[in-house]
Parts: sequence; structure tokens; C-alpha cells
Amino acid sequence: MNKIKLTIDNKQIEVEKGTTIYKAAKELGIYIPVLCYMNLEGLNIENKPGGCRICVVEVEGRNNLAPSCSTDVWEGMVVNTHSMRVINARRTVMEFILSDHPKDCLTCAKSGNCDLQDMAVKLGVREIPGQEYAEMSTYKIDFSPSIIRDLDKCIMCRRCEMMCNDFQTVGALSAFNRGFEAAVGPAFEMELEDSTCTYCGQCVAVCPTGALTEKDHTRDVINALSDPTKKVVVQTAPAVRAALGEEFGMEPGTLVTGKMVSALRRLGFDYVFDTDFAADLTIMEEGTELLDRLTKYLGGDKEVKLPILTSCCPAWVSFFEHYFPEMKDIPSTARSPQQMFGAIAKTYFADKISTKREDLVVVSIMPCLAKKYEAQRDEFKVDGNPDVDFSISTRELAHLIKEANLDLNILPDEDFDKPLGESSGAGVIFGTTGGVIEAAVRTAYELHTGKKLEKLDFEQLRGFEAIRKATVDFDGTPINIGIAHGLGHARKLLDEIKAGKSEFHAIEIMACPGGCIGGGGQPLHHSDTSILKARAEAIYREDAGKPIRKSHENPYILKLYEEFLGKPMSEKSHHLLHTAYFDKSRKIEIS
Amino acid sequence: MTNLGGSKMSQHKQIRIALNNCGVIDPENIKEYIARDGYLALGKCLTEMKPEDIIREIKDSGLRGRGGGGFPAGLKWEIAAKNQADQKYVVCNADEGDPGAFMDRSILEGDPHAVLEAMAICGYSMGATKGLIYIRAEYPLAIERLKIAIEQAREFGLLGKNLFGTDFEFDIEIRYGAGAFVCGEETALIHSMEGLRGEPTIKPPYPAESGYFGKPTNVNNVETYANVPIILRKGANWFNKIGTEKSKGTKVFALAGKIKNVGLVEVPMGTTLREVIYEIGGGIENDKKFKAVQTGGPSGGCLTEKHLDTPIDFDNLVQAGSMMGSGGMIVMDEDNCMVSVAKFYLEFTVEESCGKCSPCRIGNKRLYELLDRITQGKGEMEDLKRLRNMSNVIKDTSLCGLGQTSPNPVLSTLDNFYDEYVAHVVDKKCIAGQCKDLMTYFVIEENCVGCTACARVCPVGAITGEKKEVHYINPEICIKCGACEERCKFDAIIVK
Repeated sequence: MNKIKLTIDNKQIEVEKGTTIYKAAKELGIYIPVLCYMNLEGLNIENKPGGCRICVVEVEGRNNLAPSCSTDVWEGMVVNTHSMRVINARRTVMEFILSDHPKDCLTCAKSGNCDLQDMAVKLGVREIPGQEYAEMSTYKIDFSPSIIRDLDKCIMCRRCEMMCNDFQTVGALSAFNRGFEAAVGPAFEMELEDSTCTYCGQCVAVCPTGALTEKDHTRDVINALSDPTKKVVVQTAPAVRAALGEEFGMEPGTLVTGKMVSALRRLGFDYVFDTDFAADLTIMEEGTELLDRLTKYLGGDKEVKLPILTSCCPAWVSFFEHYFPEMKDIPSTARSPQQMFGAIAKTYFADKISTKREDLVVVSIMPCLAKKYEAQRDEFKVDGNPDVDFSISTRELAHLIKEANLDLNILPDEDFDKPLGESSGAGVIFGTTGGVIEAAVRTAYELHTGKKLEKLDFEQLRGFEAIRKATVDFDGTPINIGIAHGLGHARKLLDEIKAGKSEFHAIEIMACPGGCIGGGGQPLHHSDTSILKARAEAIYREDAGKPIRKSHENPYILKLYEEFLGKPMSEKSHHLLHTAYFDKSRKIEIS
Repeated sequence: MTNLGGSKMSQHKQIRIALNNCGVIDPENIKEYIARDGYLALGKCLTEMKPEDIIREIKDSGLRGRGGGGFPAGLKWEIAAKNQADQKYVVCNADEGDPGAFMDRSILEGDPHAVLEAMAICGYSMGATKGLIYIRAEYPLAIERLKIAIEQAREFGLLGKNLFGTDFEFDIEIRYGAGAFVCGEETALIHSMEGLRGEPTIKPPYPAESGYFGKPTNVNNVETYANVPIILRKGANWFNKIGTEKSKGTKVFALAGKIKNVGLVEVPMGTTLREVIYEIGGGIENDKKFKAVQTGGPSGGCLTEKHLDTPIDFDNLVQAGSMMGSGGMIVMDEDNCMVSVAKFYLEFTVEESCGKCSPCRIGNKRLYELLDRITQGKGEMEDLKRLRNMSNVIKDTSLCGLGQTSPNPVLSTLDNFYDEYVAHVVDKKCIAGQCKDLMTYFVIEENCVGCTACARVCPVGAITGEKKEVHYINPEICIKCGACEERCKFDAIIVK
């Protein structure tokens, strides 16, 4: 590799050819402020449109200032990152940006967690000259089931557009209008609900301002909890416990399972249950479906659909409904754990506590924004009453806990309630990429071969690589497994299936980078991907420490089948735990 | 036929190179082009010259890009030639967007084959077999004539395979622009042709390395190409004797504004502004006093009396605080308010900014707002400092040429007409009498006969007075429509 010598702020450095000024400066410990630039290391995600112009620096011999995020270094380059020309330009540009940004920080969902706010503080902006007569660009606020778009706060950093188009290949967001009126949104200024949006929430996860936020359901939860006629049940998704601590100043990767349970109990939930229980149930249903298809296939049935695709991720479900509707009979029909939980809670459990369906409120705590959309899908309602009433994100839960004057740091560890709070390690690892398929393999292997697994950790299925492949030996039968996180990567595997070139028997897909631990409802990572890895490690730690690590050994699952469902894929299971998919492909007609 | 200016336009001092055939040949008949040595250069290139010879010839000629940037054309070709790829492209930028400029349209309407021939020559020299003309859809006649020209060239074996019996093949397609000014910027133009949003990206990589669909692409504008065949026919040494040391050949200007003869002129580089305005343009309309000339389109600057004897070339215009641009030249007289002029151009750039980078998207809007306030008499001295700082920062930080030059009208008027700004801000006066908000209508008592005509015509009842008595205009009510002044037969109403 060619090396290049340059000088930044009077310090010499040698870097590889093709390095940007921003990265070279970082190696010297000089942190040039950036706003639109975003680099998710290890995930191959980089956004550098060079649009905000905050990161400009002075380069000797160049007429104008250079955007450091997108200017490569050259031999002998002399850079000044803090000349008065640069500082004045940076501040003036910041004043421009703020002059077209609402000043409602007090009530903004992003306040205290906003990259723009941090930058305004860093650059010492104290007033915006001419604000009193500066016109602001205004747009209609778009309320979708999961995501709220307030484009008045859009700074055109294009991060959301990059995530939606390049990473997810969903293509719901792109720039529209030009000049002062330019902003990012669905084509023809459609509402998100009318677009191909999957509600994965990755746009929200990277938005530096309050332009994209989750639809907040905390008020609904407070209302339910304060209604004496309602029994309120809560379920917590596996990825939440690995990230919630961050909102309370804990190190990324801190597990707060017990503290989260006690916080929920103190908030007033009548029963604190675990989505992991439903994850075990998912494995029973999905694993059985996999084995069923596999057995038929190995028996010579040419009609059987393989590979089977996981169906836990609601954004992924929306994705294939929008883009691959012709393949909607390939994914498993098993509902997601959130919806299985809701269906069981409002039947089996409601009966147990002699409560009518209408008087039972099911709240889910999810790392995900698509779960909000999933919860209100028509097929998951009975006479208009949803199986899951409200789905709130990890961030929203943190707000609720803080509002109740609780400090997660000093809360005692408590256990989930029974019966829907017991789970195996297999249910826990649902929260990270590769986890669902590993959990399925643990059960499918033992059910298929009748033998006990000697080693439960399938290292070959773990990791952060975009698309992973592994072959698991089912006692002489090699089973090819594919894993993808990120819908763009999923698209590649789907295209292979469509072309009849897929080598896999089973594929796990999660929409978000790293899986649910990197979900759109998680505490914001602010481009630090080491946080995602720490969360994944925490999930595997929780699994390793569980006494039961296989779904089919969860005694409460076995009891549920015995008392209520019969067996996996039974008629009752089909009715409560399985679903169907719909063709949601959109055709835009231009008249 | 192409509009080549008023009949009174003096041909003295003009040399026609780019406009050589315009108005002379029937552009819809390839034989007429051939009769004027058309396609001779292409034949010579393909049968007698190596690609590197052609590039050397263009380099030696000193031809610089006529689209505004003034980048040496030969160098651009050379870079594109050096970048190896399985496919390369020759693009003609016919997205002429400067208001008032129409030289590219005239060339395409009057001499389309010159451009086609040049593109084929360029393709041969850089190793490209495909040409694309990006033309704005608002030019239907130019598009029609290009289509005819391309068809005829194919029929005559001058486009297509085995040109002049060689292995070389070259063909051209047309792409339409939807009227965005920024798509004249080459990276934005390429995005638009690819079906993407017309937005510029950071250079490098330059199109010569990674252009249309990532392939090496040479982008020149219409007028640049129009110079190429004649250079190769007559030789670099013929061409580089015309013009100044660093700017060779001629430049076509679209002369407009308060000038007697408006239209296109083609003059050798080095001609002075005075020669263009007074000798070719015939001087100021109604023999009023010359005040300024704005060159370089909406992003150019306003030059004054003291610049009149500056020889026009790329570098001199930049040094004087303006630029060549694509060759717009708008002459202003004493009735033009320079703050309003700056505001007018900013209004255009605000409208045409793509919105990608913040200084251009928001900064230009703020500049416009401030100028607007000054023309309304709401400006303060502090605002003039802010105008200058914002302008400098926008130039210094914008992503593409649009934002890097859009504050030029503000900066050049601040430099050359600072007193006029001060008059607006401190005295609340518009010397040129253009800013309505700063004007007051008065009755000259000695002239008023009390005929009541003004009071009757006033739409807002601002004028009072008895018959045969002196009338009075209430400035609080007056909306400055000017109806009274027009109606008064006794010159009793003036505006100050």
C-alpha cells in the first residue's frame, strides 16, 4: 500500500493512500467536527455526501476550504483544521443550519441526545443573526404507525436516505424538492404509510436530529397502568436487557435483566413476563415446520418449499411482502415472538387469571419500531382487540423508568413472573444476528436425530459478517444454513432463491445491523458500532448462564402444549401462533 | 434562422469561429455543412492522425472550456484518454441555463454538425465509442435539428461503424434535462443522465476518471466542441494566435440589457469591455450613463467604468471580481439599482440551488433575505458586514460551482457600489429610483394647478386637496403605484 506523508495542524503523519483528511486527523488525535458524515465501522456502512460542510478545513494551495470527511490526502498536503478562517466558516455554516431549524429543544424527543444540539454547543453558537426575519422551511408532520417524520428538523444529512436505499435497499426515502425546500422523504411527498417503508427504524437510529423519531406510546401505557379495571401484562424482548443500562450510564454490554424486571414491577405492571418465553414457543413451531419441510424434502417431495425463512422480524416480513410477494409461501408461517406472546396472553393466560380479553392489556418492550406496526396489523386482532395493545421501544421504557424516579443502577434484581416469564438460553439469543437459527438448530437437531447435542454453542453461526453460511451436520445429513442481517443483504439471498441458485435449507434474516440489538428502538449508538458488539456479547453471556438452554426443554412451554395447545403445528397452534402473508407490492402510477 | 443579434450589430472586431456556420448554412442539410469543409477534420483525424496527436493539437491550441470553468480542453481529453476502461463516453453539455445566454442554442440550431463532428473526434482521441448530448427540453428546435443532423450523419456514414473506412465507430444519443440550472455542473449532469437526482458530488473523482456509470467521461459544452473541427482543420497555430496569452480564440457573448444592439457577438479574447459595449453594442440605450456590466451569468460579478478597458479573458475577469461564465453580458445604466441587481441574481440561485450542501441551500436564502430587507429600507450597517461574511463563507464552503460563485453579485456590488448600499441603509434612499419602498411621491406646489386628476386616479385615496388648490399626497397611505405621476399633465408630481 502506498504511504502518504502530510502535515495536519503542524503535526506530521504518514497514512495509507486513499485516507481522508478526517481519518488522518483522527489518527493524530485531532477530532474534526462532523455532522452529516457517519461511519459504522465493521458494518461497511459509510455516509459521506459532503453536504453539511461543518467538517471543512484549510488546505494550503487550495482556493476554497475542503470537506475533510470526503477529501483524500495527498503527498505533502498541509492542513489546518482550526485557522480562524475555518472556525469562522464552521460557525457561520452552523448558524445557517440552525437558522432553518426549529428551536423547540425543550419538547423535542431528541433533546439531550441530538447531534445537532451537541454541535451547536461545541461550536459556541450563542445567537443566530437575523433569525427574527429568517424564513423557515416547513412541512406537514407525517405520523405512521411506527415513525414520525418532522421534516422541519431535517438538516439534509442524508443518513436516513443512505440507510434506507444503500443498506436496506428499501428505497422509501430520497431527497425531494430543491434548494431551500429540499428534504428527504418518500417519492412525491407521499406519507410513509403509503410507501414501501418496512418500519425497520434504521433511519431513526441514525437521524442526528428530531426529524425522525418513534411514535411514542408511553402515554398509552401510563393510561393503561392507571386504569383500575385493567390487568396490564408486559413482555420484554431479549435485546432490551442488553441495552437498557446504557440509558442509565452503564457500560454498553451491561445486562440489566433483573433490574429491568424490578423497574417494570415498580412501574405497576401486574405481571412481568418475558418475550423469550414466546421465542421458545416460536422455536417449537418454526423448528417443527422446518423439520416437517425437511423430512418431506429428504423423502423426495419436489413441491416442498425450501429454504425455509425465519419470520420473527416484522420489518423483514414487510420487506418480502413489498418486494418479493411471489415468494410469500417460503417464509415460516410462525408468528413473531411478540405476537405469539400476545395471542397466548390473551387466551391461555387470561383464562388462568379469569380475566376477559378486553380487560387484559398487553404491553411489549421492544428494541424495534417495526413491532409497533406489527402489533396493529389486522390479522393480529380479535374483533378489533389487538393481541398486543402497545409496543414501546427500549428508549421509551427508559423514559418511563426515569419519569417514575427510579434509578436502574440501584434497583435490586428480581425474577420474571410465571408462567410466561420462564425462558431458555435459546430464547435469549433471538436478540442478535444468528441467534434465531442457532436456537432452532439446538431444538431441530435433537428432535430430528433423537440425540443430545454435546456442544450448544454454534460459533460458526455467530458474528457480524453481513452474510454468513454454515453447514450443520444433522447426524449424517448436512443442513446448509444462511444468515443475513440488513435487508440489502437479505435481498441478495432472496435473489438467489428466486433464480433457483440457493444452496440453503434454512435462512435467518434480521433487518437491522447486528440483529435486534441494533434495532431502531434501541438507545442511540451515535455511530459507535463497538456498542452493538458489546450488546451481542451480553446476549450470549445471558444464554451461557441459563440453566436451560434449549427451547424444547422449557418446562412451561411443555406445560403450555400439554394444557392448551396440544402439539406444535396443531390446529390450535395454527390458529393462534401462525399467520399468512400478503402481496403489498406497490405500483406508482404517474398520471 | 438563428437570432444573431440586431441588424445594426457591428461585425467590426468580431471573428466567427464557433458561430462560423450559423446563419450561413441550412442546418438541416448535411451537404451544406460538408460544403463548408464539414467533417474534413474528422476524416483527417481518423486517417492521418493518432489520438495523441489530436490531443496535442488541442492542447497546443490553448482551447479552454467555454462552459464557465475555463479548464484546458486538451488536458481534459488527455486525462480521459489515459484512464483505461472497457467503455468511455463523450458528453456534450447543452444544458445552457444562464438566463439570457443562448449561444449554445444558436450553435445547435445553426450548426449542429460541428458539435457532432467534434464529439466524434474527441471519442477517437480518448477511446470512446459513445456520445451523449445532454440538452434541456426547453430547446425543442435545437433538439429537432440535432435529431436530423444525427440521422443524416448516420446516413452519410459519419456516425456509426467503420467511419472513413477505419475500425473506429462512434454514435451519439440525446438525453433531456428537465430545466435544473445545477445540472449544467458536470457531476450533477451525469447523475441526471443516470436517472438520479440532479445533484453534484465531490470532485475528485473527476468525470474523466469516473463519470457516466462510473466510466471515464469527457464533458465539454457546446461552444467548446464547436471550436474543435476548425482548430483541427486550420491548426493549433492558427487558433492560438487569436486571443490573449492564456485565453486563446474567441468567445461568444450574449449582449443584453440597457444597450442599443442586443444579441450574440463573437469576439477574440482580449477585446475590451468598452469595445464590446460601445463599438459592437452601439453604446447605452437612450444614451444614458453606463453604470455596470454584469458578466458570467447569475454567478458573475458587476464590473464598472474602471474595468471598461480590461481585455476580456478568463483570468482578467476573475481578477476583476467577475468571471467568464458561459458568456452572459448584461449592461446596466444609471437607472439600475445595484442592490436590486444583486438581489435579482440571488433570487435565481436560491431557486436553482439543489439543496445538497447547507451553505448554498440556506446561506443563499439568508443573503437574499438580507438584500431584500436592505431594498425595503430595513437594513443596518451591521448587515453589510454580515453580507460580506456570509458571502465569503458560502464561496469558501459550498460543494459545487453554483454555491462557490453565487455570492459574486453581492461581493462585486459591495466592492464597486458600496456607497449605494450605504445610501439604502443609512439615508434610506435608492439613488437609481428602483426600490419602491424607499421612494416618496411629492407634489411640487408651484406646478400644481389643482385639477384633481391625481386624486381621482389614486387607487387608495392618498391624495387630498380642493379644486384649484395645491394637492397633498399622504405618504402613510401612498402605495407608490405611480398612477398620479403618470396622470399629472403639469409635471407637478415627482418621486424621490
